[in-house]
Amino acid sequence: MQDFIIYKGLLAIIIFAITLVVAMYSTYAERKVAAFLQDRVGPDRAGPFGILQPLADGVKMFMKEELIPSVSNKTLFIIGPGISMLTACMTGTVIPWGPALTIGDKIYSLQLTNLNIGILYLFGVISLGVYGIMIGGWASNNKFSLLGAIRASSQMISYEVAMGLSIIALVMTTGTLSLGEIAAQQTGWHWNILVQPLGCLIFIICAFAETNRAPFDLPECETELVGGYHTEYSSMKLGFFLFAEYINMFISSAVISTFYFGGYNMPFIGRFVHDPNALAILGVVFMFAKVFFFIFFFMWVRWTIPRFRYDQLMNLGWKILIPISILNLVLTGVFGMRHEIMNYFSSL
Amino acid sequence: MQLTNRSKVVVKKEMTFVERLYLPAIFSGMIITFKHLFKKSATIKYPEQTREFSKIYRGQHVLKRDEAGAERCTACGLCAVACPAEAITMTAAERKPGEEGLYREEKYAAKYEINMLRCIFCGDCEEACPKEAIFLTDRKVDSFYQRGNLIFGKDILVEGVAAEERIDVSSRQTPEVAEFKKQKNAQHNILFTKRK
Repeated sequence: MQDFIIYKGLLAIIIFAITLVVAMYSTYAERKVAAFLQDRVGPDRAGPFGILQPLADGVKMFMKEELIPSVSNKTLFIIGPGISMLTACMTGTVIPWGPALTIGDKIYSLQLTNLNIGILYLFGVISLGVYGIMIGGWASNNKFSLLGAIRASSQMISYEVAMGLSIIALVMTTGTLSLGEIAAQQTGWHWNILVQPLGCLIFIICAFAETNRAPFDLPECETELVGGYHTEYSSMKLGFFLFAEYINMFISSAVISTFYFGGYNMPFIGRFVHDPNALAILGVVFMFAKVFFFIFFFMWVRWTIPRFRYDQLMNLGWKILIPISILNLVLTGVFGMRHEIMNYFSSL
Repeated sequence: MQLTNRSKVVVKKEMTFVERLYLPAIFSGMIITFKHLFKKSATIKYPEQTREFSKIYRGQHVLKRDEAGAERCTACGLCAVACPAEAITMTAAERKPGEEGLYREEKYAAKYEINMLRCIFCGDCEEACPKEAIFLTDRKVDSFYQRGNLIFGKDILVEGVAAEERIDVSSRQTPEVAEFKKQKNAQHNILFTKRK
């Protein structure tokens, strides 16, 4: 029991540290990817190739003067970025980072907790994320912040519907709510994107909206709302909001790869490597390769397409994505019941 | 009326179903940006690399001395008149006996100042100068940190006497330029008479 607690504690710390480091370097990667896509060089002054840029940014954030507007609700103003950061970090617990390691006669799972309602937990925590933005925007007592917060909450609520519906279709095909099992089912080429291509597309689009990334970055729409919900924030509180976005992006990438792209599985790898522990380590590598690809994908999209207008965003969410995801749900149901339906018609 | 054959008639047509899906357009856009990942960056990393300058780049001004080391400027004020930004001011003084080595002619500029905040590096001063005294050179102007240092006086502008301190302006002081300066009815001279 004691071993178990130490192991889980260690794993939690490692996952937390990796999440933070990946988010930290996502800020650097974002600037580099943006630069490369625009034929520029990007940050290259701090350390070789600008590797130390995130540290410099972090120091800058900490050293900045911290302003709390006198008209703001101070408690909520301080809690806002905290909630954003907390909910962003909480989602990492249910993601299976790799197959279990076997050392001696003990099995060490690389998933922090294999909840049997993992998907439900994930959605609950992601939904809580909107509170951080809403509270932050509300407590600022600033019209731009409030507008940004309202946009953020309505956007997240709208897209959660379509996201949930696309996930229900996935749950219908996999028959489980546990992320560990969903990942384990997709061995070899049995990736869920082949079963649920439409659902995958809807989920990715909704993931963009949930993380407030371009083309759905209306909550912090600089051209209209100054900085959106974090207009009044400065110093590390602003840093927390920005950082939470990158953590969300990392977790979203992990969730997309677990749900639809095989998680830690890679086709044909079983033919070359037979040692289960080596496979587990390779699984972690593949998982992170997929995650990094999707982080790149998030950035690639951001620096390619312009932002949606607000009415277009709502149209897309309510009039297009939700009907399509319901259609996807029906098609999945029909496909799942095809034998029963065939039997019914042949018995007529 | 049609001026060129390049004009296009704009039609606000309804988008087709494929266009309304947005996705094909998004993917084609993403392919375009992906191609740019492998293109050479246009950045010049300034302190380490410098852009290749034109031979007649107009940078930091210089007040030339003649071969003997005497200042060429006679404080005639044509450059100040020519200056569209009104950046040049000067105070004339008479040459005392015994200063023949310092100043080429009887009159010289005791004070010659260029306000670098106003200068637009157009080169009109150089074109106006009848004594071939002021030139714009290919030297870059350093960045400033204090406003007080922005008025450049003779201590910065006049070149040194020693051979290694001379500023090379041979690319600008060509025979063609010398010929042009001799034309008294040339455009620059006419312009000044008009302005006055």
